[in-house]
Amino acid sequence: MMASTSDTTGIRIGMWIFLYSEIILFGGLFVLYAVYLYEYSELFAQGGKELNRIIGSLNTVVLLASSCTVAASITAIQRGKKGQAMACLAVSIFCGLVFVVNKYFEWGAKIHHDIYPNSATLQDGEPGLNIFFGLYYVITGLHGLHVIIGMVLLTTSLVLVHRGRITASRYAVLENSGLYWHLVDLIWIFVFPLFYLVL
Amino acid sequence: MESSEEHRHIVGYGQLAVVLALLLALTGVTVAVSYIDLGFLNVPAALTIATLKAALVLLFFMHLRYEGPIIRYGFITTVMFLAIMIGFTFWDVAFR
Repeated sequence: MMASTSDTTGIRIGMWIFLYSEIILFGGLFVLYAVYLYEYSELFAQGGKELNRIIGSLNTVVLLASSCTVAASITAIQRGKKGQAMACLAVSIFCGLVFVVNKYFEWGAKIHHDIYPNSATLQDGEPGLNIFFGLYYVITGLHGLHVIIGMVLLTTSLVLVHRGRITASRYAVLENSGLYWHLVDLIWIFVFPLFYLVL
Repeated sequence: MESSEEHRHIVGYGQLAVVLALLLALTGVTVAVSYIDLGFLNVPAALTIATLKAALVLLFFMHLRYEGPIIRYGFITTVMFLAIMIGFTFWDVAFR
């Protein structure tokens, strides 16, 4: 009965193709980073020291943990454990929220110190620092947007699990939302050392 | 209705916890290494650790290890394209 089965492999391939394009999108920004790091390595290190390593490390831990709970929610749904799947998703969404709140305070502190695109400090200062913080705002901003979209997808999945629309025999929506969330984590794995830990 | 999800590989909670522990340990290593001045080698060291972490997320959290050839080769192609994009741009800038 081929007609009544949904093509779950095809659904995943579609999601992965989208993720490939996302990797190239962020890859383009990392090319810019690489070129300017080569040109202004000292100033990039100086800029990196102004970022809060503790918040950066905390956000890394939070995102890694949330990725793990998303993967666990898929394990739970495969085993038919609806309650466990919902609990795992709730933890993941909470972690996403913690990440966004941390980012809000981080950006807020930077803006308070007159470090934001087109600010007087950056405009009149060293071009290398201007570029570093320009890239910082573009890359973490685009990444933050992905975190928010990922949270919406995970919340949708949570509601669908609750309503019995995502089950052990049909969980493609949860799986694709999970893949998107893991991509957010993957990008952060590279953003963290490149911006917070440059020496 | 016959479901094609029935024969999928299931990654156990224990395995996921081990992967998370490894990821957190590698995060600790990358922070520790950043305090040691290796000069030019700091960036390659940070990127190597980040690549290891990315591989763990891809293989186990994203189930890439259990996927078929289309998704796997598609991913490898993407990484190769990314390497060409970054590599060629960088050569142009470095040896201009």
